[in-house]
Order: sequence, then C-alpha cells, then structure tokens
Amino acid sequence: MKGHSAKKYVQLAWAMGKTGILGYGGGPSVIPLIRHEAVSAYRWMDDDEFGETLAIANALPGPIATKMAAYLGYREKGVPGAIVAILAHILPSCVAMIALLSFVNFLSHSPVVQGMIAAVMPVIAVMLGVMAYEFAKKAYQGLGRGMVVVFCAISFLLLQVVPVHPAIVIVLFLAYGAVHYRLLGKLKNKAGGEAS
Amino acid sequence: MILQDLIDLFAGFFLSNLLGYGGGPASIPLMYREIVTHYQWTNDTEFSNLLALGNTLPGPIASKIAAFVGFDVAGFGGALVALVATVVPSAVLLIVLLRLMAKYRHSPVVKGMTLLVQPVIAVMMMLLTWQMGRTSIEALGWWQAIPIAAIALWAMEKRKIHPALVILCAFVYGGLVVPHI
Repeated sequence: MKGHSAKKYVQLAWAMGKTGILGYGGGPSVIPLIRHEAVSAYRWMDDDEFGETLAIANALPGPIATKMAAYLGYREKGVPGAIVAILAHILPSCVAMIALLSFVNFLSHSPVVQGMIAAVMPVIAVMLGVMAYEFAKKAYQGLGRGMVVVFCAISFLLLQVVPVHPAIVIVLFLAYGAVHYRLLGKLKNKAGGEAS
Repeated sequence: MILQDLIDLFAGFFLSNLLGYGGGPASIPLMYREIVTHYQWTNDTEFSNLLALGNTLPGPIASKIAAFVGFDVAGFGGALVALVATVVPSAVLLIVLLRLMAKYRHSPVVKGMTLLVQPVIAVMMMLLTWQMGRTSIEALGWWQAIPIAAIALWAMEKRKIHPALVILCAFVYGGLVVPHI
C-alpha cells in the first residue's frame, strides 16, 4: 500500500515535470499535453471529466496550467499531491529562467547583449499586439461587434483617460458581467413585447 | 526593509494573478502594471527582455516572471513568495470551488463575468503594446523598429513560425548588427 502511494507521487511528478518542460508558449498551449498525461497515459480521469474541469478552471482567474496541475495532484493524493504536481510543473522552468536572466544581467554592459535586448523589443510588442487581438476576438465572439466597441471604449476611458486602477475596472466589469445576460434577456423581451 | 519587499511582492503578484481571467497571458498587463508602473522593480526594456527570455523557455509564463522578479528583488525567498502568490490562490480556488462551480458553470452569471473581463484585458494588452512599441522606437529608431516588428508579425502570423524561433532571430540580429550601427 505504501509502495503504491509513493508510486503515485512519482507518477504525478514525472507527468507534470514533463509537461512543464515540453510545453512551449505558456500555460494555455500546454493543456493538450496535460490532457494526454491525465487521460491517455495515466488514466487519472476520463476525457469528459477533464473537459469539465478545464471549463471550470477557465472560469476562474490565474494561470491555467498550474490550476490544472494542482487539481490533478489534489484529486490523486490530496494537498501533498497538489504541491508535488505544481512544483514539478513550474520548478524546472523557474530555475532555468533565474539562471538565464542572471547570466544575461551579468553581461548587460556588453554592447552585444544591449543590442540583443533592444532588437527583441519590437518582437515582444508584436506578440503583445497579437494577444490583444486574440482577447478582443474572444470578446467579439461572445458579445458581438457593437458591444465590444462600447465595452472596449469604456475600458479605455477608465484605464487611460480617467485613470482608474485596473483592479477597480475589472471588478466593475465582473459585477456588470454577473447581470449581463439577465439584462440582455429583459431587453429582448421588452423589444419583443413592443413589436407584437 | 526586506520584509516590506516580501509583502510588496506578495501583494503585487497576488493581485495581478487574481484578476487575470484567461490564463497566464491575461495576467501579463496586470503584472506589468505592478512590476514596472507601481513598484518599479524593472523598467520597460527589462520587462520586454523578461518576456522574450520567458518565451524562449518552456513552462507557464506567469510563474517564470514571478520567479525571476521575486529573485531579483529579494533573492530565493523573494522568488518563493512571488511564486506562492502567483499559483496558490487560483489553485486553492479551483480545488475548493470545483463542486460549486460544476453546478453553476452553465449559469449566465458565471458566463457573463468571464466574458465581460475580456474587453478590459484586451484594452490593457493594447495599451501595453503601444508602450512597448514606443520604447522600442526610442531604443532602435523608426527605421529599425518598424521593419523588425513587420517581419516578426509576418513570421508569426502568416508563416506560423514559432515565437521562440522569431525571438532567437531577433537576438541574433541584435547581437551581430545593432552594436555596429
């Protein structure tokens, strides 16, 4: 029984460590790899349960990969399992990040490194721009064009022109989001009632 | 002094990840606001470099940024605090709320909340793009920054070349060409 229990931890660490090292492009791109380990390789859960968990995880804030790792670990081995799964998933890349950036900072007076850091900035700007477009697209699919323009304009005004702290803006939008569909339903009913 | 740093690190990363709906990338503009604008742990150029190197390494982006900034501000203790603030609250939320959320997942309240955050994140991301674009023009001049951006956009979006590869190409160009201009 004890051997079996230790084996579970090793499996969790191995599976989450592997997905952490092989997953390029941030958390969301790693989800198919995590699904492979959890559903196909180790059969911790079936495809439906994985899909359901992922949908719920997406409705909550924070990084997605670590949320999934935590839940898988917790489901198999409780809180210690969750800790093992998260650590295995993030530790290798975090250590590599600290080592690499410390090395680069150590060399930061060299003109070659300064040139490298400068040249990559436009690329990062483009990547952020593409991400902005993707978030706007997600909003567009859910809200439609008219409302996206209005809500983006309101966000812009609040964030940049007023300016209000982003936390407050997000909380305001969350609060409105909670009643958004009900309001929409009411408006539709009213319009329908007047038309008939 | 060091305790204040640790408290700041915790507060900064806790807030930016608790408000980021849509995975790690959604938290980037929020982390930028805490790291660069509010606490001034790094400047624009360093933050861009953080994202560049973070994207050439595997693993979740939010935890990599937290680990490095925490380490830079307060050593290994700082890295630990920033990481805990980044991953623990959302992990606990998922574990605790899973049953409850499973019941209400299809409720229009939960759906509406997740949806309505997207325009705010999109606008914050756009403002950050603008900021980074301006800083790179200051660093390189129009004539270098705009072509690099155009080529990067073409390579990533049209040719579907992996971002890590595009970043490496920019590093090579920057190392070989930029110092000699």
